[in-house]
Amino acid sequence: MEKHGEHGLRTYLIGFVLAVVLTAIPFYVVITHALPPQRALMLIAGAALLQVLVHLRFFLHLNFTSTPRENLLAIVFTAVLIFIMVGGSFWIMFDLHSRMAI
Amino acid sequence: MNAAVTARDSEAAETHEQRALGFWLYLMGDAVIFALLFATYVIMVNNTDGGPGGKQLFDLRNAALETALLLVSSTTFGFASLCSKTGNRGAVLFWLLVTFVLGAGFVFLELREFAGMIKAGAGPDRSGFLSAFFTLVGTHGLHVSMGLTWILIMCGQVMMKGLSVAVTSRLFRLGLFWHFLDIAWVGIFSIVYLPGLL
Repeated sequence: MEKHGEHGLRTYLIGFVLAVVLTAIPFYVVITHALPPQRALMLIAGAALLQVLVHLRFFLHLNFTSTPRENLLAIVFTAVLIFIMVGGSFWIMFDLHSRMAI
Repeated sequence: MNAAVTARDSEAAETHEQRALGFWLYLMGDAVIFALLFATYVIMVNNTDGGPGGKQLFDLRNAALETALLLVSSTTFGFASLCSKTGNRGAVLFWLLVTFVLGAGFVFLELREFAGMIKAGAGPDRSGFLSAFFTLVGTHGLHVSMGLTWILIMCGQVMMKGLSVAVTSRLFRLGLFWHFLDIAWVGIFSIVYLPGLL
C-alpha cells in the first residue's frame, strides 16, 4: 500500500508548515480585525478549505495515483451525502426562519 | 524465503488493505456525523435565549493553543509512522508518547474551558446555542480521548509484540483516525471559535 520514502519526513514537514500558515492567517485577521466581518468570514472559510486539502494530501497521503480507487469513491460519495444533508438542512431551516420572522 | 511464507505475507498484506478500506469507510461515516453537528451548530448559533454568546464565552488564546497542540501532535504521529516503516521500535514508542502528551494537553485545555463555562452558568442546558456547542466540541473531544486510549494500547503492543505486520497495520489505522481528528478540529476553529469572536 505504501512504499518507502514515498511519504517521507519532507511530506509531513511541508504539510505542517502549510497548516501553520493557513491557521495563522485567519487567527491574525480575527485578532487584529483587519477585515470587515463579511470578508473575514470568507477568508476564514477559504483558509479552512485549503487546510483540509493540505491535511488530506500531506498527512493522509491522498492522491490520484497511489490511493486505492475505492477510498476515493468513498470520499466523493461522502462529500455528495454531506452536500445534500447539510445543504438541505440549511435550506429548510433558514427558509423556516425567514417565514417565522415576518 | 519459501513459497509458503511469501503466500502468507501477501495474504497478510491483503487483509491489511481490506481493513484499511473498512476503517476508511468508518471515518467517512464519522465525517457525516461531524458535518451534521456543524450544520446544527450553524443553525443554532444565534439561539442564545438572552444568555451569553460566543463573543462573551470564547477565548482566542485557548483556541489557538488547542489548535497548536493538535496540529503538532498530528505531525509527531507522522514521525511515529515513518519510524514504524524503518522498524525503529524505540523511536516509534517515543513519538507515540509525544503524541499522547500533546493530545492529553488538548483534552485538558478543552475540559478546563468546559468547566469554566459551566461554572459561569453557560452549560449545555442554558440555550440552544450552548447545547449545539457542547455537542459538537464535546463529540470531537470524546474522539480525541478515544484516540489517546488507542495510542496507549498501541504503545503496549509495540512494547510487547514488536513491530509485527499486525501491529504496524493497526498503527496505520490509528494514524488515519488521528489525522482525521485534526481535520475535524480545523472545522471547529473555523466555524465555532473564529466566527464567534469576529
